[in-house]
Amino acid sequence: MTAICLYFQVHQPWRLKRYTAFDIGRDHGYEDREENRRLLEKIAERCYLPANALLTSLIRKYEGRFRVALSISGVLLDQLTMYRPDVLESFQGLAETGCVEFLNETYYHSLSFLFCIDEFRAQVSRHRRKIKELFGQDGKTFRFTELIYNNDLAREAENLGYEVILAEGAETLLGDRSPNRVYRASGNEGGNGDGRIKLLMRNYRLSDDVSFRFSNQDWQEYPLTVGKYAHWIHSENGAGTVINLFMDYETFGEHQWAETGIFPFLEKLPGEILKHRDFVFATPAEIAGTVEPVDSIDAPELSSWADTERDLTAWLGNAMQQDAAGTIYGLEADVKACKNDDLLDSWRKLQTSDHFYYMCTKWFADGDVHKYFNPYPSPYDAYINYMNILDDLSRQVKKEKRS
Amino acid sequence: MRVLMFGWEFPPVVSGGLGTACYGITKALTGLGNPVLFVMPRIELSRPFPLLTLISASDILEAASERKEASFQDPLLPSSFDHPLILRPYLKARPSGGEHQEPRDWPVESYLAAGEGYGVDLLAEVCRYGEAGGLIAARENFDVIHGHDWMTVPACLAARQESGKPFILHIHSLEYDRSGEEINERIYELERFGLEAADKIIAVSHYTKTMIVGRYGIAPEKIFVVYNALSHREAGETYRTRKRDGDDKVVLFMGRITFQKGPDYFIAAAARVLKEMPEVTFIMAGSGDMMPRMVERVAELKIGKRFRFTGFLQGRQVEEAFAGADLYVMPSVSEPFGLAPLEAMMYDVPVIISRQSGVSEVLKHALKVDFWDVDELANKMIAVLKYPPLAGELVEGAREELKNLRWEKAALNILKLYNSDSKSEMISGRRGRGDAGVLSIRRGADDEANEDSALI
Repeated sequence: MTAICLYFQVHQPWRLKRYTAFDIGRDHGYEDREENRRLLEKIAERCYLPANALLTSLIRKYEGRFRVALSISGVLLDQLTMYRPDVLESFQGLAETGCVEFLNETYYHSLSFLFCIDEFRAQVSRHRRKIKELFGQDGKTFRFTELIYNNDLAREAENLGYEVILAEGAETLLGDRSPNRVYRASGNEGGNGDGRIKLLMRNYRLSDDVSFRFSNQDWQEYPLTVGKYAHWIHSENGAGTVINLFMDYETFGEHQWAETGIFPFLEKLPGEILKHRDFVFATPAEIAGTVEPVDSIDAPELSSWADTERDLTAWLGNAMQQDAAGTIYGLEADVKACKNDDLLDSWRKLQTSDHFYYMCTKWFADGDVHKYFNPYPSPYDAYINYMNILDDLSRQVKKEKRS
Repeated sequence: MRVLMFGWEFPPVVSGGLGTACYGITKALTGLGNPVLFVMPRIELSRPFPLLTLISASDILEAASERKEASFQDPLLPSSFDHPLILRPYLKARPSGGEHQEPRDWPVESYLAAGEGYGVDLLAEVCRYGEAGGLIAARENFDVIHGHDWMTVPACLAARQESGKPFILHIHSLEYDRSGEEINERIYELERFGLEAADKIIAVSHYTKTMIVGRYGIAPEKIFVVYNALSHREAGETYRTRKRDGDDKVVLFMGRITFQKGPDYFIAAAARVLKEMPEVTFIMAGSGDMMPRMVERVAELKIGKRFRFTGFLQGRQVEEAFAGADLYVMPSVSEPFGLAPLEAMMYDVPVIISRQSGVSEVLKHALKVDFWDVDELANKMIAVLKYPPLAGELVEGAREELKNLRWEKAALNILKLYNSDSKSEMISGRRGRGDAGVLSIRRGADDEANEDSALI
């Protein structure tokens, strides 16, 4: 019996407006509301609405045999509430089918675990409550921002009550083991023994075949037909096997435009997979409940699902990124001492990982991936803009503290 | 490939990028096994250049005159050039030992500052250069003619007429860059004449190529972009000042104080910066026609205490200026390429450059602004001075980037262009275009026969 675990990440940051040195001390509004709204509308029409509709119809068609997982960041939920409540309702419709698991993550899609454990716990807690409020589910599965993972994170997630955690199926973690098994997180050196929390490793080859390579005409497997893909999936049969297909929800309609045929592909996929009677669809929580781990994964170092390095260099690789992150988290004590909700909210929204992603200088060489999503002409512009805003925020915080 | 190259200046007589570029290209071509015969109007060098063959046009003309060779070919010029009252006296006056009034060196300033009154003298020199072109072509062996900028056009055309070899015109700057809308008509005319007559054109950037297409009506298929590069100095030669913490930050402008270089935008941005960061020093290194006005402007804005005008810098002074800077700014209004930012990067100085420049097409690790956007320029200046990791990343990235900007690459591209000239293209280049309307007095039946035999 092989379980296909489909999980889609749904997230949009609060993009910042152009903020110069001359705005510091004068303008305390940091978001580009118009641009965020415009982009949200675009993505809602091209991706969220058609994809949600498709998932709903597939769930109905296969009468519960088609099941998926979604994780929606808190900052996107806020934007949907503000600008497109109809889209939020369509996600709630998916929850009502009983065939969609909603995961937990940090509310602000942040790197807080790496810098402030208290802040991390606060953000997770807030997200957990929000998911319960909107979708009626108690979180069982945790994923950290951009699938960043290590042993400490697994232990923390377990302490917070989660049963399963997701990670990238990177060679540094697996060695020559397959990502298509359930694992458990390794214990720490203090010898507490291995954790109880279960670990699902992303099969990055099969995931990226769809999310990145689907429309790439230079790819030798192009075009990726449902038959061909299902055949690859079916070749992985075996007891206790899981195939973890984790991707960005925007694969459907944004990264892969509708013209590429990505929607018909998704539409035919469940049927094609289910033709083989040893294959089922399952959510992470369901897998954790039924499949036993075969081994433990030791992850002393941090890994992620980003780029070929699968490490943290996309967000913290250069001096600008490190300075920006150090500066924002350096404000934690002062911000919390202010007891001002607006400042706290501003501070938290500035933690979203995208802000640091835009400062990455790797893409000057790598080219495509980072550039596509980057609203700034260069990583330097991203850093300048962000630091100017941080300067204003920290001045506000200092002023507030004094009064 | 043997290259007959017509230039105008060469190190150490260098007051603009042209001489540096010529030297870089020549050295690289030679290094790749392609001998270059480099012609200049006159040569006065304080050091020899091994491996390069330098030819002085004025020496050629003098020698020919002494030998009383057959009357000079009149230079090939646009028919609109027939202005007897202005040009003829200069054409008729052959130099004889004692020079007439032209300056002994021809710094780039003289032709780039159209309003400075050198115009007619310069055109005469260009014409005389043109006469030498045919003479030189007659006695040398070469495969291709490569001319740099408009001043070499008559010389190159004469060389082509004499030899039948293809003429490649390399554009480092255009009248429109130098003078904006107040162009010198005659220079523009000669530029256009040369662009139309040339078999192929090299532009130092897409920015320049676009201008050639748009302002001069040249077909884009004829224009090839070859970026300039940087000569990498030997290690250990760079001059470093020790900057101490607490020293004022220094922002450097180094270039001609003239319209093209945007000095007024630099000053306007500086004024804005000083409102937020009063402890910054701004240095304007260079000289030019706008200098007095800029000094006035700084006084008007009451920022004179934070400004230093150094005048024209040479040699070690240039190095010291770069080494002492925390930031280099090139706010050019129109810059075909722009070698100075590359030099700054060699001194580990972060740079802000205008988007209206050729060099912005090749540099990634530089901050970019539209020259007119004073607020953004000031914003970026403040950011570099205020956030050290920004400067650090720019400098580190720039170091890597510079490694890839080599004259060898430019030379390889140029060679590809040379070799892509086929006989048939050569023919079409010689006949028709540009030859029509040529003011050339000695054309006749004999010449036609000679032309044909030259093609076989």
